[in-house]
Amino acid sequence: MLPARPLRAAVTTALAGLALVACGDDNPTARLQPGDVGAPASGGGDLTGTLTGSGSSAQESAQTAWIAGYQGRQPGVTVHYDSIGSGGGRENIIAGATDFAGSDAYLDQQERQEVRDSCGPKGAMNLPVYISPIAVPYNLPGVESLQLTPDVLAGIFNREISRWDDPAIAEDNPDEQLPDLPITAVNRSDESGTTENFLEYLTAAAPHAWPHEPGAAWPVEGGEAAAQTTGVIEVVSSTPGAIGYADASAIGTLQTAAIGVGEEFVTYSPEAAARVVDASEPVDTGVKGDLALDLARDTTESGAYPIVLVSYLIVCHHYEKPQTATLVQDYVGYIASEEGQATAAEAAGSAPISDRLRQRVLNSLELVTGGR
Amino acid sequence: MSMTSDRGARPGRRRTVRRPGDITFHGAALASGLTILAILAGVAIFLVVEAAPVLTADPEELTAGGFGRYVLPLIAGTVIASVIAMVVATPVAVGIALFISHYAHRRVGTSVGFVVDLLAAVPSVVFGMWGWQVLAPRMVPLYRWLEANLGFIPVFGSASSTGRTLMTASLVLAVMILPIITSVSREVFLQTPRLHEEAALALGATKWEMIRTAVLPFGMPGVIGGTMLGLGRALGETMAVAIILSPGVFTWVLIDSGNSTIPAEIALNFPEASGLRLSELIGAGLVLFLITLAVNLLARWVVARRADFSGAN
Amino acid sequence: MPTLHRLDTQEGLDHRIDHVRGVVPAPVRPAPRRLGAVLGAVAVATVLLLWLGLDLHLGLAVTGAFLLYLALTYVGFRVAAGARVATDRLMRGLLYGAFVVALLPLCSLLWTVVTLGGARVVNPDFLLQTMNGVTGLHDQATQQQGQLFIGGAYHAIVGTLLITGAATLISVPVGLLTAIYLVEYAGRSRLAHVIRFFVDVMTGIPSIVAGLFAFALWAVVFGIGTKDGMAGAVALSVLMIPTVVRNSEEMLRIVPNELREASLALGVPKWRTIVRVVLPTAASGLASGVTLAIARVIGETAPLLVAVGYARALNTNLLEGPMNTLAVYAYYMFTKPLSPAYRDPSIERAWAAALLLVLVVVALNLSARLIARFFAPTKR
Repeated sequence: MLPARPLRAAVTTALAGLALVACGDDNPTARLQPGDVGAPASGGGDLTGTLTGSGSSAQESAQTAWIAGYQGRQPGVTVHYDSIGSGGGRENIIAGATDFAGSDAYLDQQERQEVRDSCGPKGAMNLPVYISPIAVPYNLPGVESLQLTPDVLAGIFNREISRWDDPAIAEDNPDEQLPDLPITAVNRSDESGTTENFLEYLTAAAPHAWPHEPGAAWPVEGGEAAAQTTGVIEVVSSTPGAIGYADASAIGTLQTAAIGVGEEFVTYSPEAAARVVDASEPVDTGVKGDLALDLARDTTESGAYPIVLVSYLIVCHHYEKPQTATLVQDYVGYIASEEGQATAAEAAGSAPISDRLRQRVLNSLELVTGGR
Repeated sequence: MSMTSDRGARPGRRRTVRRPGDITFHGAALASGLTILAILAGVAIFLVVEAAPVLTADPEELTAGGFGRYVLPLIAGTVIASVIAMVVATPVAVGIALFISHYAHRRVGTSVGFVVDLLAAVPSVVFGMWGWQVLAPRMVPLYRWLEANLGFIPVFGSASSTGRTLMTASLVLAVMILPIITSVSREVFLQTPRLHEEAALALGATKWEMIRTAVLPFGMPGVIGGTMLGLGRALGETMAVAIILSPGVFTWVLIDSGNSTIPAEIALNFPEASGLRLSELIGAGLVLFLITLAVNLLARWVVARRADFSGAN
Repeated sequence: MPTLHRLDTQEGLDHRIDHVRGVVPAPVRPAPRRLGAVLGAVAVATVLLLWLGLDLHLGLAVTGAFLLYLALTYVGFRVAAGARVATDRLMRGLLYGAFVVALLPLCSLLWTVVTLGGARVVNPDFLLQTMNGVTGLHDQATQQQGQLFIGGAYHAIVGTLLITGAATLISVPVGLLTAIYLVEYAGRSRLAHVIRFFVDVMTGIPSIVAGLFAFALWAVVFGIGTKDGMAGAVALSVLMIPTVVRNSEEMLRIVPNELREASLALGVPKWRTIVRVVLPTAASGLASGVTLAIARVIGETAPLLVAVGYARALNTNLLEGPMNTLAVYAYYMFTKPLSPAYRDPSIERAWAAALLLVLVVVALNLSARLIARFFAPTKR
C-alpha cells in the first residue's frame, strides 16, 4: 500500500539497528584480567535486592567505585546512584523516592522535620563517609613550593593581589624566586560543592580579606572560570601563572600550595584532611546517631588541612521494608569499612575516614530498623 | 479560485457520499494539525507552571536576590553573543550565496551548497568541542594583541589567557548560523528576475554593478529575513557556548572570561538543580523562548513581505 | 513633482531601472589579459615569503597576502581599466574570499574529529561496550600502565537509536497528517493559516526549551525530576514535527492536481486517493524529508541533557530511568572525564563519539539526497 522501496529501506535499517542491540556488552570490566586495576572480585554474600540513592555529584566517582566493589561482595544486590546534585538528593529522600541520599550538606532544621514522613518519627541520620581535600594547584615554572596564608589566598582569589611578585606573597615565600607574572585565578563556572566549601573556608579563615558570602556560585567578578573540576585543572596546567582550587583527586602532577594553619603551613594529605574532620564539632540535631559536623575551618590544630569537602550519606532511621534496612546497613557499612574507604581513595582521591569516625558510623548504622 | 469553477464544483461535491473512511481520515488529519497547536500551547503552559514558584518566592532565596537581577545579565550575554555572530556571519554568508548563485559554475555551486549544508548538519556539541580544543587556544594571541593595542576600548579591556571568551563563542556561533543565512539568501538571489539582470548587463554594467543594482535590491528582504532566522538560532544555541565559554558575572569585556548566555546557564546548572533553582532555570528558559519567538516572528514578517516584491515579475 | 514622485515609488521594474540609472557611466577600458595572473603570482609569492622567509604564522601570511592581493587588484585594474572594473574585481576577490573563509572551519573541524576520534571509532570494543562499572581507576591504569582500554559508547548508540526512533514514530504521523490536512483538506482556510503560522513559530523553538518543555511536562504528569527516554523523544518531536510538516507540505504540493482529479473522477474516495495516489507519488520526497528531519535531531544534546539525564549502563527501556545518547555521551566525556587527572581515555571516547555522530549525520544527509534522486517517480 505505502511506497514500497523507501519503506523497505527503513525496515532494513531498523532491523540492522535491532541486530546491533543484540550483541553489546554491558559488563566491560569482566574483560580485565584478575590482576588488573579495577578488575571485578569474585565470590560474595547472599543478599539480594535493589538499593537506590541519589544526590551529590562530588561523590559520583566514589559511588561508582563503591558500587563496583560492592558488586564483588554481594552480587545479588543492585545499587543505583544518580548524581543529580545534593539538593535533589535530599529532596528525593524526603519524598521517599530513594533509599539513601548523598549530600554535601546535612539536613537543615526544616528538612529534618519533613524527612520524618518517609523515614519514620526518628528521622534520618547524616553519616560523613566521604572526605575530599580541596587542593590549591598552581602553575609557576621554577617555583617548587608555594606557601599561602588564608589572607593572601583570599586576596588572590578576590583579585586584589594580581601579580606573583606581590610583596604579600613574597613575605611568606622568602626562599622562592617569584616570577613577574600576572595571576590567573581560576574558579569553577558551574555551581558546586567544591566552590561552596572553598568559599566557606575563605569566609571562616580570612574574614577580613574575604568580603563575600559563601554560596554554591562564585561571587567575584572577572577572573577565569572553567566548567567542572576538569576544566579548572586543564586551565591551570595550560596557563603559566594560574592558580585554582579543585578536588585533590584531580590534581595529578600539578604542584599544590601549602596553606597557612596557625603558625605553620600544611600541604594537603589524606591524613591532614581526616584530622580536621576529627577536630570538628558535632552538630546537635536532636536525632539519635546523627553525625552532622560543623567543620572547624579556622582550626589551628597542628597538621590539620582545613580546606576539605565533607559529603554525607543520609539514611533513614526506619525503612518500611526490612530488606531495605538490611541492605542499607550492609552497603553503608561497606562504604565506611577500611576496604570501602580505600576503594574510594584510589578511585576518587578521597581521604579515608579515621578509625574513630568509622566506629561512630558503624554504631549509628546499628540503629537502622526495618518493618512496619 | 474563480467564480465559475466554484459553481462548477459545488453540485458535484454535494453528491459525493461522505464515506466513513473519508470522515476518519479527515478527522485524523485535522487532529494532527490541532495537536501542533496543542504542543505549542503546552510548551508555554508547562514552562509557566514549572517556573511559577519563582514569582511567588521570597526574592532573598533566589540566586541573585531577584529573578530580574538574575536573568537580565544573562539576557545581555545572550543578545551580545548572538548579535556578534550575526554581524560576523552575514557578510560572509551573503558572499557565499552570491558566489554560488552568480559566480561559480553550476556544478561547483551545487557542491559548495552541499558543503554549506554539511556545516549545518554538524551537531552543536562537536562545534563546542572543536571551539574548545582548536579555536580557543588560537585566539589567545589575537586577544593579547587587541588588549595591548586597543585596550583603551572597554570591550578589549583585558585578555583571557585561555581564549575561552564570549568572543570565541560568538565566532563559533557565527560559523553555525552561516548555513541558514546562506541558504535563505541563495534562494532569493536565484529568484532574481533574469530580465533585470540582463537589462543591467545590457546597459553596460559590470558583473558587480549588475549584482548591486539588480540582485541585491531584489534579495534584500530575503537576506534580512535569513539573518533574523540566523539570529534566532544563535540565541537558542546551547552546547557550543556551554562548552567553550568560561562563564562568569556580566562584563563588557568580550575577550576575557565572564558573561554567560541563557541556554548555556541552563545546560551547565540543570543536571544538578533542584527546588527553586530548577524553577529559576525553567523561568530563564521561558524568557529565552519569548525572545526567540519575537525574533522569529519578526523574521517571518520580513520574509513574508518579500512576496509582494517578487510579484513584480 | 507628483508625477515624478509616483514614478520613484513604483515597485518592480521601474525601481530597478532607477537604480541602474544611478550607475556612473565612467568609461571602461579593456584590461591587459595577464594582469590577473600576475597579481595571483604576486600573492602566492607573498605567502611564501612571509611564511617561509619571515617565519610568520601561516594563517597570518595568507591573510596578509590576501589583503595585499585585494589592494593590488584594485589599484592595478583601476590604472589599467578604470574604477568600475577595479570595483568589480575587488568584489570578486572578496566573494571568493568569503567562500574560503567558510570552508576553513569546516575543514579544520572535520580534520580534528577524524584525527582525534578515528582510532577509537574503528575499534569494535568501543562500539560494543558500555560504561557500566568503568571508573577513573581504569582510565588511570590505561593511561599510566597501558592496561586494557575498557568502556565504550554502546549504551549511547542504543539510546540514540531508541530515542530518535521513538521521536520519529511520534513526529512522522503527526507531521505527515498535518501536511495532508494543510494541502488536501484545509486549502486556504483560516485554520490552515493559523497552523502554518504556528509551525513556523515551532521551527524557531530553541532546542533547550524543547527539553525544558518535556521535563516540565513529565514533572507535572509523573512527578518532579522524572527523566526517561520517552521524555527525550517528546522533546525531539517538538523539534522534528515542524521540519516534517514543512518538507512534506512542499512535497505534497508538487504532486500534480491531474492525478488527484483523475482518481477522484473514477469515483475513488478522497482518503483512498490520498493514500494510494498522492502519497506514493510524493513518497521519495517524503522519505527524504523525514531523513533530513532525523538528521537534524539525532545530534541534539541540550534537550536530552535536560529531559533524559545520563546513564552509564545499558538501558533499553524508554519508560524507565535515564538513558544515554551519543551527543550527551560526548559532552559528558569531554567536560567531565572519569578521572580528571588522567583525562586522555575519556577525551578519546568523546572525540570518537563525536566522529560517530558526524558520520551518522553525513550519512543521513547523503541518503536523503540519494532517496530523493533514485526513488523519485520517473519523469516524462
